[in-house]
Amino acid sequence: MRVMVFVKATEDSENGFEPTPETMGMMEAMGKFNEELINAGILLAGDGLKPSSAGKRVAFDGPGRSVIDGPFAETRELVAGFWLWEVKDMDEAVAWVKRCPNPMLGPSEIEIRPLYEMADFEEAMTPEAKEIHERLRDKLEGY
Amino acid sequence: MAAGDTHQAIEAIFRIERARLIAGLARFARDVDRAEELAQDALVVALAEWSKSGVPANPGAWLMTTAKRRAIDAGRRDRMRERKHPDIARELDGSFDGREAIEAAIDDDLGDELLGLIFAACHPVLSADARAALTLRVIGGLTTDEIARAFLTSEATIAQRIVRAKKAIAKAGVDFEVPRGPERAARLASVLEVVYLIFNEGYAATAGDDLVRPNLCLEAQRLGRILAGLSPGDAEVLGLLALMEIQASRLSARIGPDGNFVPLTEQDRARWDQLLIRRGLDALTRAEVLGGDDGPYTLQAALAACHARARKAADTDWPRIAALYDRLRAAMPSPVVDLNRAVAHSMAYGPEAGLHLLDTMSDAAVLRNYAPLPAARGDLLFRAGRRAEARAEFEAAAALTRNGRERAFLQARAAACD
Repeated sequence: MRVMVFVKATEDSENGFEPTPETMGMMEAMGKFNEELINAGILLAGDGLKPSSAGKRVAFDGPGRSVIDGPFAETRELVAGFWLWEVKDMDEAVAWVKRCPNPMLGPSEIEIRPLYEMADFEEAMTPEAKEIHERLRDKLEGY
Repeated sequence: MAAGDTHQAIEAIFRIERARLIAGLARFARDVDRAEELAQDALVVALAEWSKSGVPANPGAWLMTTAKRRAIDAGRRDRMRERKHPDIARELDGSFDGREAIEAAIDDDLGDELLGLIFAACHPVLSADARAALTLRVIGGLTTDEIARAFLTSEATIAQRIVRAKKAIAKAGVDFEVPRGPERAARLASVLEVVYLIFNEGYAATAGDDLVRPNLCLEAQRLGRILAGLSPGDAEVLGLLALMEIQASRLSARIGPDGNFVPLTEQDRARWDQLLIRRGLDALTRAEVLGGDDGPYTLQAALAACHARARKAADTDWPRIAALYDRLRAAMPSPVVDLNRAVAHSMAYGPEAGLHLLDTMSDAAVLRNYAPLPAARGDLLFRAGRRAEARAEFEAAAALTRNGRERAFLQARAAACD
């Protein structure tokens, strides 16, 4: 199964990256962790995100579209980085996240979200999964 | 980490550590079977201790130390009982130091032990089937039951195959080192062959009613990614990884809503997995940068990439594909390559060009019972307007295939010749 792993933002990450001995040490630890993920064959993609001050939002309301410039207020709900992993189950994903070095200087949070599975043919035989399958196909054909 | 971690969480940690643990223990005990046993023993201890005291900071090193300590204790018991192998026990005592073991486990970032175990499990003294089963067991962590289901055989058969493979490795005195020098290339070829065999067993199931068993593909992809991580300088490792990623990108498009096989040119390309395509193209570029252009896997990946790059089937660069097949034929001569080359030439230069190549295939006799040959010939004849001949070929192909769904597809094509 694929999971998206979100590193949630903190006030520090929202202030942008500052090269200090602490942050450089963290970068190094994170680099080692990434190497472990690669050597275990589970890392598909991943990157760090700039603070929300560099971001924009597009708000939808019926036919209306309005652009909102960052930074955005609800820091703890923002994302500071992500990975896409291929793991066997959520237990494995949790075990890997637990061995991640703390990605922030203070308390922080990492969130794991499984992706909808397209390639899951065996389960596609059940009505529920079939419905998910169809929904995804419609979405993909729509882009 | 908090105390009271559940067994489920501990088992997940063990799954992550298992292959590397067995790798280190196999080198230590010089025996895969014993290594598996020791790893399992360490899990039992971990389940008892970690659920009380929490998971230690470095669970991999903890498990390794525990397993080795138990091996030494067992050695001591044997010595007390038999007083026969004092030398062995002394050797074990001398080589073991808990702190050293922990540091070694921490320093082993290069994963040489794991790579060594992969090379041992895929040693050419074993048959390809035995290598595949053993690799899925010790590296992939699949149970014998899971492997048996994947290869559509009985659990007893797989269990026996694995036991024999372990014995054969011990008997041949295979070490668990990563081979170096001239030996490496031959041994690596043996590893890659197994990984691709596992992938293909999942991708193009040769028997049974499921056309694809995606879990086997995932296992093979994971193995390929592990190899690419541990051995990033081998062009063919990257070539094979590229090939698998790109082929796997089409897994969900190869099966239609009715459960039937959909040929490449008719697949809904919106359903191709763009992430896997991108990863495959990246790996292909890395293989080519390393000078692997004419390696068999890299060439096959380059072929797969031609399809991946075409937004519509009509955009496919068939002359390039035909030219790549000409090169592949030199790098990896085989009747199957000749067959595919003929199909590529038919797409680039017309069905008669393909039929001409099929008719002049020197070793077509080898493919006498190979369903794709009459299926391809049928398709070329159909496109050349020779319907009656096409029908006979499709019928011959349908009679040869062992796959139920593929047979239905070929019968439908035969019927469409009227």
